[in-house]
Amino acid sequence: MEMRVSDLAVQRGGIVVLEGLSFTLPPGRALVLRGPNGVGKTTLLRTLAGLQPAVAGQVSIPAESLAYASHADGLKATLSVAENLSFWAAVYGTTLVETALEGMNLIALRNRWAASLSAGQKRRLGLARLLVSGRPIWVLDEPTVSLDAASVALFAGAVRAHLAAGGAALMATHIDLGLDEAEVLDLSPFRATSRSARQDAGFQEAFL
Amino acid sequence: MIALLVRDLRLAFRAGGGFGLGLAFFLLVAVLVPLGVGPEGGTLGKIAPGILWVGALLSCLLSLDRIFALDFEDGSLDLLATSPLPMEGAVAVKAFAHWLVTGLPLTLAAPVLGVLLYLPPDGYGWLVLSLFLGTPALSVIGAFGAALTVGVKRGGLLLSLLVLPLYVPTLIFGAEVVKRGAAGMEVATPLALLAAITAGAAGLLPFASAAAIRVNLR
Amino acid sequence: MSIWEYANPKKFMALSGRVLPWVTGLAVLSLGAGMVWGFFLTPDDYKQGSTVKIIYIHVPAASAAINAWAVMLIASLVWIIRRHHVSALVAKAAAPVGLTFTLIALVTGAFWGQPMWGTWWAWDPRLTNFLIFALFYLGYIALWEAVENPDTAADLTGVLCIVGSVFALLSRYAVLFWNQGLHQGASLSMDAQENVSDVYWIPLVICIAGFELLFLALVLVRARTEIRRRRAQALMARERLA
Repeated sequence: MEMRVSDLAVQRGGIVVLEGLSFTLPPGRALVLRGPNGVGKTTLLRTLAGLQPAVAGQVSIPAESLAYASHADGLKATLSVAENLSFWAAVYGTTLVETALEGMNLIALRNRWAASLSAGQKRRLGLARLLVSGRPIWVLDEPTVSLDAASVALFAGAVRAHLAAGGAALMATHIDLGLDEAEVLDLSPFRATSRSARQDAGFQEAFL
Repeated sequence: MIALLVRDLRLAFRAGGGFGLGLAFFLLVAVLVPLGVGPEGGTLGKIAPGILWVGALLSCLLSLDRIFALDFEDGSLDLLATSPLPMEGAVAVKAFAHWLVTGLPLTLAAPVLGVLLYLPPDGYGWLVLSLFLGTPALSVIGAFGAALTVGVKRGGLLLSLLVLPLYVPTLIFGAEVVKRGAAGMEVATPLALLAAITAGAAGLLPFASAAAIRVNLR
Repeated sequence: MSIWEYANPKKFMALSGRVLPWVTGLAVLSLGAGMVWGFFLTPDDYKQGSTVKIIYIHVPAASAAINAWAVMLIASLVWIIRRHHVSALVAKAAAPVGLTFTLIALVTGAFWGQPMWGTWWAWDPRLTNFLIFALFYLGYIALWEAVENPDTAADLTGVLCIVGSVFALLSRYAVLFWNQGLHQGASLSMDAQENVSDVYWIPLVICIAGFELLFLALVLVRARTEIRRRRAQALMARERLA
């Protein structure tokens, strides 16, 4: 259940932004992506999640083992907390709604409409969705945005529990979660240099 | 996928405006046309099939951009794309949900509006049948247009421009069925063609729509 | 030397640059010769008078309009299957030219019809088909303009072109079906099988060839412009990165 990436190059808007990236994410470990804004953290995560094609390199992820959470919540405002989660449970074919509600401390809010939740509660619901998916590898883009310290601690606890159960997590975040199992991967060295003109990166590159 | 259908139906009913808006617009058309054209029975009765079909078509157009745009904006479309659900299935389900909320109510309400437009008595059955067979095509084709324009800001007008030429065959054959049926003529050809277009569109367009969504999510 | 070499933008620019002056020259020649011959050197039709000579613009424009869409369809397929950027830009370049030819066909059709029918428009199958066709073109062009990312725009318009082609064919048959009931005395459909004597036929062929060459010239010019524009954008983007 490990994610292996070798010599990966990813593109955004037709330009290669990262290249030569290699890392391994074994079960039980977490990898935190760091780097200045615009370096390509979101692009990398989206590529690994399968939303964008990679320009070059290999990505080996066991089938059906990845769950992606972007900085947009994906929550439906007019559905209740429980309804939001049971939808995703049905999509992923699991029955983990109760576990997820417990894990993210949302039991008391189960019948509240998502529209009436605070920002922090919405984030917790978004993360509860990950628990519901039952998937071992979590790919998270800025998961702790708008969370207060208590909620960050809750989130870190949930990640720790997930790692202890054999899962893995890859996340882009500026906040130090205090996770011992987490390594930091700085993406700045992997920035694409302007000398690399790849034919298949997209329109822009092909015309140089 | 049933879960997606249930979710979308729930959202449509709770959001308000999706369900009633199309019907209200349909009613508007049926009221405004006689006001514009004159109350003369002969004229109205002759153009009733066309008015009803055009009204249904425009009403369907109204809610098309919501099929994917809402999910695109709040990130659910990204999450659906990374979920085990195949995008083609998701598109088909969403088009079906759109039909349940828009096309089907229009089909059921049409006979009432036919009365307002002096539709000849023989035409009512054919009206309902042609709309029943044709409005799913409108939803599926509309979903394709919505998939193409999901990333475009305020793409409603562009969506209409893209989708209207694609609606022409369904419109022509659907209206022909009602016209000929009302006159007691034979309807087999347009009816068969109408059904064929709907079947073909429903079977094939989801693939094109899914491809368009994946492109837009890149 | 395979044709796919010209998928490379530089090679395409080189070849099209060499070919363009010849194509333009030939287009001007054939159009000039064809139209002068057609308009001034052929006798008037005994039925329709001299207005029939508008076919020297109407028919070639209509035929070029359809060819333009065929070019777009093939270019879209090449883009989607083989990802050659030049192909996508050729499709983009051909669309406004095709739209213009469609509009010319519509306007000349109206001018032709007016003396005969007394109206500026008739829902004749041919004219109706071209009106719908113009809408297809408009939608395609609008989609190119509305999407910011060029790769995304190329993919989306490619899919639209393919789906649109199927529906355009369906539309054609639907419109013919729709118009069946009406008896159109003098339809505008000017097929080769109708009584077109040699006297009219040869200048018509020359005009058709002229319009096709004009189409080719215009598409080449527009494609070259698109390629230059993309190159400028790529250079600017590279500037921003460095």
